Amino acid sequence: MKKIEAVIQPFKLEEVKEALKAIGVDGMTVSEVRGHGRQKGHKEVYRGQEYQVDLLPKVKLELVIADSRQEEVLKTLIGAAKTGKIGDGKIFVYDVKDAIRIRNDERGESAL
Amino acid sequence: MKIRLFTALSLMLPVASLAQPAPAPAPMTPAAMEAAIKSAQTSGDNAWMLVSCALVLLMTGPGLALFYGGLVRKKNVLGTMMQSFILMAWGTLMWAVVGYSLAFAEGSPFLGDLRYLFLEGVGTAPHPDYGATVPHLTYMAFQLMFAIITPALISGAFAERMKFSAMMLFTTLWSLLIYYPMAHMVWGKGGFLNAFLGGKIPTLDFAGGTVVHITSGVSALVCALYMGKRLGYPNEQMRPHSLVLSFIGACLLWVGWFGFNAGSAVGAGGLATSAFVATHFGAAGATMGWLLAEWLMHGKPSVLGGISGAVAGLVVITPASGFVKPMPAIIMGLIGGIVCCLMVMKVKSMFGYDDSLDAFGVHGVGGTLGAMLTGVFATNQVNDALKDAQGKLLPLGLVDGNGGQIMNQLIGCTIAWGLAIVGTLIILKICDMTLGLRVSPEDESQGLDLSQHGEEGYNFEA
Repeated sequence: MKKIEAVIQPFKLEEVKEALKAIGVDGMTVSEVRGHGRQKGHKEVYRGQEYQVDLLPKVKLELVIADSRQEEVLKTLIGAAKTGKIGDGKIFVYDVKDAIRIRNDERGESAL
Repeated sequence: MKIRLFTALSLMLPVASLAQPAPAPAPMTPAAMEAAIKSAQTSGDNAWMLVSCALVLLMTGPGLALFYGGLVRKKNVLGTMMQSFILMAWGTLMWAVVGYSLAFAEGSPFLGDLRYLFLEGVGTAPHPDYGATVPHLTYMAFQLMFAIITPALISGAFAERMKFSAMMLFTTLWSLLIYYPMAHMVWGKGGFLNAFLGGKIPTLDFAGGTVVHITSGVSALVCALYMGKRLGYPNEQMRPHSLVLSFIGACLLWVGWFGFNAGSAVGAGGLATSAFVATHFGAAGATMGWLLAEWLMHGKPSVLGGISGAVAGLVVITPASGFVKPMPAIIMGLIGGIVCCLMVMKVKSMFGYDDSLDAFGVHGVGGTLGAMLTGVFATNQVNDALKDAQGKLLPLGLVDGNGGQIMNQLIGCTIAWGLAIVGTLIILKICDMTLGLRVSPEDESQGLDLSQHGEEGYNFEA
């Protein structure tokens, strides 16, 4: 199993969610986060006082999938989240040791 | 058919009774007629004055509380709102016990005596000099609302770092030592600066340029300098946590200010209308002035700039509102908006003091500018209260040909500045030595809401 962790632009969330649903990805966890990569923040001015805002609002998606689906899911995710501009975000892929469905103790890929 | 006939009959009945010759009304005696006219005028004037009282209270809470509350970081939102709100209660008690008497009883030219202690003798009968057509109690309540908002304005300078206990002691002493004497000098009978009730130096301050805005704004500067900067200022992020709250607060201030200025006519006549229009025009002019200056300097007209400009304009027009025509009001607003914008955006950072919410830049500077420009634009075509022994109108400002008024205004401003600086320094020293002014660094980084009040403004997970 693989865990996909994607940090994307908040306004791309709906599109990504729909695209993943369309290829049959059933579960995901979404959180609102703040961060930055190479993208520089922006400047805000309040009564002449300038603030450099480095940490920008982003959305983090976490999903765990069967090994066999990795490339397909990544392709879909990238396709939906990409604008081609700086600040589109990043995706990280991890190996997952096990998964357990709490309701009925199912384990491994069948718990996904 | 029967029903219809009955209806028709009953409709005719009043007509029939009108046809009877009416008994001739008893002729009204001149005294009775005079009493009836007086009662009607009292009803009209008092209705507007009670509405004005409520409007001025609306300026403190929610107006100022929201305006300031939105400008601080979210860990200090409740503490900041409380610094305004508490004065609605504590300022009222002080006023009832001793404040009104010290400010408005006859006494020396600098302070009233104690004849109205515990509001003794302040009832529904009008006070002939303060408002001959409204109950004395109404006038007392109207002035109370000013005594509430003035110390609340200062809280913009020490926001996010003052102990609640110290703030209570500070505003208590500040009201006693600075506000009551200043209000007495300018508006009290026999006050040193009162142009209309026997003052030595006749200054013109319709609704509180010197009394409210110079005293609070200058004291704010002294507080900011004495207390020092907030931890982390100016390097840390101290963005306003909600300009939406500030926006609502500023718009409520604008509306409430009609009570503040037009209510200061102490009646519902033409002078009230004149002050109402000048107030509105001043705010409009200053909003455009500030936005224009900001747009040119920073490339973007901000919402915070717009609402700050509106407040600055309302401050500038306050002393002049019952003395100037609409066009000068717009000009005063425009100048005020531009000058206050430069003060806040350029001058403050040049000197590096942390007047957190710009109480000095807006109220101190705007109040002084307004007081001086009142000496220029005041005219007896708007306000005919000043007459000589023969009943001839006296000239008011420079536009009436009375250039000397500018000097009187300058003296008024100087006294207000001097009293605010010296008084505030003494009061800060007392508070510092007894209670300590600032919260501990740990409490400051935790925020006033938790450290001073034991609660938080936003519990979204709750």
